Amino acid sequence: MDGYNFAYLDEQTKRMIRRAILKAVAIPGYQVPFGSREMPLPYGWGTGGIQVTAGVIGQDDVLKVIDQGADDTTNAVSIRRFFARTTGVKTTEKTTEATLIQTRHRIPERPLSEGQILVYQVPIPEPLRWLEPRETETRKMHALQEYGIMHVKLYEDIARFGRIATSYDYPVVVNDRYLMKPSPIPKFDNPKMDNMPALQLFGAGREKRIYAIPPYTKVKSLDFDDHPFEIQQWDENCALCGSENSYLDEVVMDDQGGRMFVCSDTDHCESRQSDGHVGPMGTQQAAE
Amino acid sequence: MYVAVKGGEKAIENAHRLLAQDRRGNPGVPELTVVQIKEQMSLAVDRVMTEGSLYDRDLAALAIKQARGDLVEAIFLLRAFRTTLPRFATSNPIDTTAMKARRRISATYKDLPGGQLLGPTFDYTHRLLDFALMAESEAPDVATSPSNDEALPRVTSLLNAEGLIEQENSDDTAPVSDLTREPLDFPANRDLRLQNLARGDEGFVLAMGYSSQRGYGNTHPFAGEIRMGEVEVVIEPEELGFAISIGDITVTECEMINQFKGSATEAPKFTRGYGLSFGEAERKAMAMALVDRSLRARELGEEVQNPAQDEEFVLYHTDNVEASGFVQHLKLPHYVDFQGELEMVRNLRAEQAHVHAQEQMLKAGE
Repeated sequence: MDGYNFAYLDEQTKRMIRRAILKAVAIPGYQVPFGSREMPLPYGWGTGGIQVTAGVIGQDDVLKVIDQGADDTTNAVSIRRFFARTTGVKTTEKTTEATLIQTRHRIPERPLSEGQILVYQVPIPEPLRWLEPRETETRKMHALQEYGIMHVKLYEDIARFGRIATSYDYPVVVNDRYLMKPSPIPKFDNPKMDNMPALQLFGAGREKRIYAIPPYTKVKSLDFDDHPFEIQQWDENCALCGSENSYLDEVVMDDQGGRMFVCSDTDHCESRQSDGHVGPMGTQQAAE
Repeated sequence: MYVAVKGGEKAIENAHRLLAQDRRGNPGVPELTVVQIKEQMSLAVDRVMTEGSLYDRDLAALAIKQARGDLVEAIFLLRAFRTTLPRFATSNPIDTTAMKARRRISATYKDLPGGQLLGPTFDYTHRLLDFALMAESEAPDVATSPSNDEALPRVTSLLNAEGLIEQENSDDTAPVSDLTREPLDFPANRDLRLQNLARGDEGFVLAMGYSSQRGYGNTHPFAGEIRMGEVEVVIEPEELGFAISIGDITVTECEMINQFKGSATEAPKFTRGYGLSFGEAERKAMAMALVDRSLRARELGEEVQNPAQDEEFVLYHTDNVEASGFVQHLKLPHYVDFQGELEMVRNLRAEQAHVHAQEQMLKAGE
């Protein structure tokens, strides 16, 4: 794009971001403050993820952008176009083809591999924020590894509801040290973070924090011995591809209570359909 | 058969086209020019420059035009442009004592050296709609104002001579924080707080200042001095070693004088609150001065009990570009998380219904 540097940000800013990323990788799960810039997209739309992506993207990268698991949601389209315009790199909807995946609210169903980078957009990076609004306090609690209030919160859930009533942005402990918010992915995706071969980077633009999980790092979702961590399950299968083990979106069909369930990961669903899988409301496609 | 909704790309393009059309309005009406905005909506331009942290009347006017008059959106446009600009130099501190003032008032003295100068103010207008403005009118008669070329002494300096007000210990060589380069860090020093307030949303800063006047941490303020006019901006490039004037800017400055009853170690004296804005943004400068003083509670040994004194609360929430983005991001799709919540609520309700049914059966069996 005329008048702008490759990937929009100037090289000094990218260098500052890369330094923050290196520090974040060196201290898994630790929130590194960084000089977040105003981006031409609004705060809350993924400015942190965009800055991280801009910091690491190179000319040979193949970029995939998803929101809610889908490549064609408006914000994913908008961010993909932003990078297509400012870098000219190849973009893709295929999880397997991508070297760099920026995501909001999901981890792709297909396991990621070494060499891939997953960039998360983070609204609120601080896992203790709802329990303690002050940054000065929460930083101290991290320094002292003082996470008792989070356990108390989960315990209170069990006492009140008989279960831990957190369905997304479910807190994890990274590398047995830092309590971390995985960004608002459903807890269904939490197990995918554990020991992932790909590098996971998290950018919070408005809150000016970057954090990371290096490849093959232990990520544990908080739980209790007698109340082990569980993920969401559906009685239904995907209506289009018949998948029994992917995260499903509920689609309201009419105002009579009619609804169907489809994979939230559109690439996963389409790949399965082209492999010949078919769900109750799908149509048979010839296997390629 | 169900087909997943596609076409985000097309929808976005259409939305952009509709927006452009609505911005232009009725094509039978002449298009608003950037020069017109700059000349006739100058207070809007001033606000956008102040909160956009960029002194450029043309770009601010362009942003207002592009944003269809939505000033917060215009501020965002200007900020997003500003971040791409390289930094050539850092200016010397501006000298507002040397200001060529077009307005200068003090509420603490009836008269003072240099005099009171009302200047172009709404203050004593009666707020009656002027229907004559419905029609295009001729330019008003040129007003004459006493030109003020001599430097005006500062009210706070008059008090300082008597030792009645705290000393302003300014160290021009100390490094200054810059929250556009480094994230906010707490405790925040006054330089950082003032920068944050200067960029902060006028409405928010106004409400915070107002809350301090209504009893949530009263600072007993007096408008010691408000002045508006032109000051020179000077840079001193390292390789040259001498100062160069790069032009004049208009600023509004407010110095509040606040009562302080003293403490065990300090004699009673007056304290200061400071506000500064680009252009003629007097409401903002005054509100900023009130909040600046409130936020000095910690350094003056006052108890922090009220929102306006709480630096984490105030400084994290002043920025309207951040606030507007995060509030409005709620309209982005959240259906993955909502699905998680649906599943959770259905399960909780099913469990409760089950427990309830069991209780009923036990009761019936008794």
